[in-house]
Amino acid sequence: MLKKRIIICLDVKDGRTTKGVKFLDNVDVGDPVVMAEEYYRQGVDELVFYDIMASARDRGPTLDLIRRVAETIHIPFCVGGGIATVEDIRNTILAGAEKVSLNSPAVRNPGLLTKGAAIFGNQCIVLGMDVKRDIAMPSGYRVFINGGRVETERDALEWALEAEKLGAGEIVLNAMDTDGTRDGYEIPITKLISEHVGIPVIASGGAGTPDHLATVLTEGKADAALIASMVHSGDYTVGSIKKILASKGIPVRL
Amino acid sequence: MTGIVDYNAGNIRSVELALISLGVPYRISRNPADLEDADRLIFPGVGEAKFAMRELKKSGFDVFIRDWAASGKPLLGVCLGSQIILDHSEEGDTDCLGLISGTVRRFPTDFPARGLKVPHMGWNNITFHNGGSSLFTGVPEGTNFYFVHSYYLDPADSIVITATADYGFPVPCAIKKGNIEAFQFHPEKSGEYGLRLLANFTGAGGTPC
Repeated sequence: MLKKRIIICLDVKDGRTTKGVKFLDNVDVGDPVVMAEEYYRQGVDELVFYDIMASARDRGPTLDLIRRVAETIHIPFCVGGGIATVEDIRNTILAGAEKVSLNSPAVRNPGLLTKGAAIFGNQCIVLGMDVKRDIAMPSGYRVFINGGRVETERDALEWALEAEKLGAGEIVLNAMDTDGTRDGYEIPITKLISEHVGIPVIASGGAGTPDHLATVLTEGKADAALIASMVHSGDYTVGSIKKILASKGIPVRL
Repeated sequence: MTGIVDYNAGNIRSVELALISLGVPYRISRNPADLEDADRLIFPGVGEAKFAMRELKKSGFDVFIRDWAASGKPLLGVCLGSQIILDHSEEGDTDCLGLISGTVRRFPTDFPARGLKVPHMGWNNITFHNGGSSLFTGVPEGTNFYFVHSYYLDPADSIVITATADYGFPVPCAIKKGNIEAFQFHPEKSGEYGLRLLANFTGAGGTPC
């Protein structure tokens, strides 16, 4: 049976891991390679690294960090931020990443999803989406780009469906309203998108307790749950979270 | 020495790093002539079947791998490498190497409606068949491995299946015929048990790191 994945997100800025609340007030929480190794030992299923300044500065992916992480851990990891061309995708995968997450560049140039999938397979191409509640949009959520700083005219569900058609193999759905709050995931949009697309959906934004993960993995129909603050803070380990999920009957890799 | 086939189809670095962490001597090359003196061969790959076959033909690796398989020396296909050793892939209607008889098929179109997303992506536990394989030495049945694929192995003769993973049906995920073995999942991305499989194949022995 396929397991529900617990994925830890490391926001990287200038080579250090940072964590913000609602995309602002980032504080330093450690060396990404050291943290990756610790979470690997704890049994995390996958990691995501976001170079959070890359898109704003229009900088390429941080290949050196990718190489060091790839030398250290032997589980899949995804890299996002600043990946804007097929060459960027190739370099990131050759450096040792399993997947790339395309967020702002996919909105600006949707053909990148198609080109990337044609060469590397759609399993390598992850659509990263930052969404925010907006009653003016059909699904009730609007897509933002550039690390949440720029709003677009795209509806969250419509963009998810279009991206799947274009070649995305997975979606990381990040809810800006709940990001870093530790008050729980944004269930309605997670459920809506997960029920309408045929590719895996990773819920992101708002994890604070194992119950939050349990809710989004059942009620929210997510295939995986992204966490950050709750483990970066030391309040939980991957093992302690998985143990609670397993006790609730949720299939996890122990 | 373990040879790694590099044919411009991704994922090569991860396999290389896994062997480095095991302390296994290896050589990675885009030129078949460089790998002629290898004792065993890993044929990895991530990507699209048609593109991959074109790259194999361009580099001459298609002929090299066929000759290798016939020579009786150990060959390990991984992910796309496990698919391309069958006869044919539905992905791009591609004729493949035909080392093991069978077809690579797309997961059924009704999977998403049944709550089964495609790609089959993530960790899934395996069940042994036909006595498993010596490559699984030290790996308990039920161990989870990391999968990422939209197409699956459908060998003509089920006797070649050494393990399956349940995803809508028992999906063949490890196959073996003589000196040829292949994993649909990614041992190089499956943590310590994945490294154990690669240690078993390369003869590194012991428990990895």
